[in-house]
Amino acid sequence: MSPNETSRPRTLFEKIWFRHAIRTREDGATLLSIDRHLIHDGSRAAFQFLAERGLPLRRPDRTFGTPDHYVPTASRDLSRAEPHRREMVEDLQKNARAAGVTLFDLGDARQGIVHVVGPEQGISQPGMVIVCGDSHTATHGALGALAFGIGASEVSHVMATQTLWQAKPKTMRISIEGRLGKGVTAKDVILAIIAKIGAAGGTGHVIEYAGSAIRSLGIEGRLTICNMSIEAGARAGMVAPDDTTIEYLAGRPYAPKGANWDKAVAYWRSLPSDEGAVFDREVVLDAAEIAPMVTWGTSPEDAAPITGRVPDPAAAPSAERREGMERALAYMGLTPGMPLSEVAVDRVFIGSCTNSRIADLRAAAKIVAGRRAVVPAMVVPGSGLVKAQAEAEGLDRIFRDAGFEWRDAGCSMCVGMNGDLVAAGERCASTSNRNFVGRQGKGARTHLLSPIMAAAAAVTGRFTDVRRLMGDA
Amino acid sequence: MEKFERLEAVAAPLAMLNVDTDQITPARFLWRPRRDGYARILFHDLRFNDDGSEKPEFVLNRPEYRQARILVAGRNFGCGSSREHAVWALHDYGFRAVIAPSFGDIFFNNSFKHGLLPVVLPEARVGTILDALQRSPGARMSVDLEAQRVVGPDGVTDTFAIDPFRKRLLLEGLDDVGFTLSCQDEIAAFERAYEREFPWI
Repeated sequence: MSPNETSRPRTLFEKIWFRHAIRTREDGATLLSIDRHLIHDGSRAAFQFLAERGLPLRRPDRTFGTPDHYVPTASRDLSRAEPHRREMVEDLQKNARAAGVTLFDLGDARQGIVHVVGPEQGISQPGMVIVCGDSHTATHGALGALAFGIGASEVSHVMATQTLWQAKPKTMRISIEGRLGKGVTAKDVILAIIAKIGAAGGTGHVIEYAGSAIRSLGIEGRLTICNMSIEAGARAGMVAPDDTTIEYLAGRPYAPKGANWDKAVAYWRSLPSDEGAVFDREVVLDAAEIAPMVTWGTSPEDAAPITGRVPDPAAAPSAERREGMERALAYMGLTPGMPLSEVAVDRVFIGSCTNSRIADLRAAAKIVAGRRAVVPAMVVPGSGLVKAQAEAEGLDRIFRDAGFEWRDAGCSMCVGMNGDLVAAGERCASTSNRNFVGRQGKGARTHLLSPIMAAAAAVTGRFTDVRRLMGDA
Repeated sequence: MEKFERLEAVAAPLAMLNVDTDQITPARFLWRPRRDGYARILFHDLRFNDDGSEKPEFVLNRPEYRQARILVAGRNFGCGSSREHAVWALHDYGFRAVIAPSFGDIFFNNSFKHGLLPVVLPEARVGTILDALQRSPGARMSVDLEAQRVVGPDGVTDTFAIDPFRKRLLLEGLDDVGFTLSCQDEIAAFERAYEREFPWI
């Protein structure tokens, strides 16, 4: 690094990147040191690779695991799960035990979706490089970390060396200025961002979310936004650490303690992007213009305000896009020009690493309270601790009284690997992150929306502008 | 690791945007062990009807493309999940190169680990290639990694950019774990200094 490089203003991303660069080759590849490696019940292939090569897992002290993708949510009884699913979970148990990795196992209240557990336990902290064999790892960037998803081969590389070779990505700052309106949540912000920049808009970039609307969000809202960075093509999304971040981390089980806490806070305060730091790309959105959003197609970029209509492929900017929209609308069973608020839903899912935290459940329960779900609906808390907290607050009662199923923690219907599926042709209002063809089950029709919009859909049986159910408060 | 040097083969056009890894390899198959092979899983729900018969209209089911080893696709190919199974499936089916205007970042990185070369060409050029492949089914293309050159079905040559480190590993069939393990002393020294500065990590 030249002296010029060290004195020029730097972004949050650059500060973390350079502090973790063990070596940068002349050809640009950088060997990055990894602070936290999170594993789950989909990590089997990487453990197999290690075993085949006879390599040990190098830093079990920096590796944390929890089963989430394949776990049953109707009960915690693994013996009732199909053998192939049970095996995925049991292999994680065996592998984690053999390698000496901390495991928040099924039956432990701390078990949950890996991207809920990391922040909740204080394992994910500002300034860290965090990786996990899951594309939604960007979630942890909400705490001011550089966090990104990797494939099985890279997982095994991290297991063997606690490092990764990476090419330095470009940077993009997305600033949301102003105040979010009533009924407009973090989920609506990220859907509006993806609709604006496109599903490939962030490819090759790390996004820093900034601006007054982001600063005013709690950590949970920031986690939701960073979570879906991958849906905009970006591997990582991050928010600069601030007082909100520090308050969130204080007292968490794996957060620094005593003198280390003070040292850590001082370091975290030095991380935000410097005044005058240059980003490769800047995008600005006006918070006041964002409405509650719903997706209509089969890519997260296919999102529109609830006040809008199903778009007409005839108005598409290119033939390729027109054909894509026609395919999507045929799959989704929608007609161009139809008001989104007239689309009836068959099922509602509240959960996933995007929206299964306590703030999500509180907000949804407020809409549900005193009403009844008119379609099948389920709530899958993000962790055992979220579930316990919700029960302590009586939220489970509100959901159950309204006819919702109240489940145990896991990825569940977001990815459908554990058997929680949407039937072919069924239309699901889902707080998850992907409306891909077949994502929630073969032929399933997924619409992404916020927890309060999902709650509104459950009690009305159609997409409903949640602001109409919120009163004047 | 499997190496990639050059390839001359039938190219199949998949003129779709945002082909995600859920479509390349649906989630319900991912528990299957790698050794069982993933060729049949590739594009499973696009390729097969519910009864297991082939959908005749899907490009890979047409006789002209049975021998395809190169796939040409629209923007953002391989977006979505980090599942490496998507690369396994393309590889096991026989593909060794995918050409697109852009790729999902994680899919792109995963490809190199299994001898599958992802090639980025400008969107307009990919559009021209897709048109040419659709006009003359079964047309061949070639990809030369050393020279970083692609020859289209129309005989037009394009060059492409590639990270030199990855290029070397792929040309030589080297796996980066072996290389990184040779840097162990450097990693240990880094960690000692780092942990002195950040004792809470």
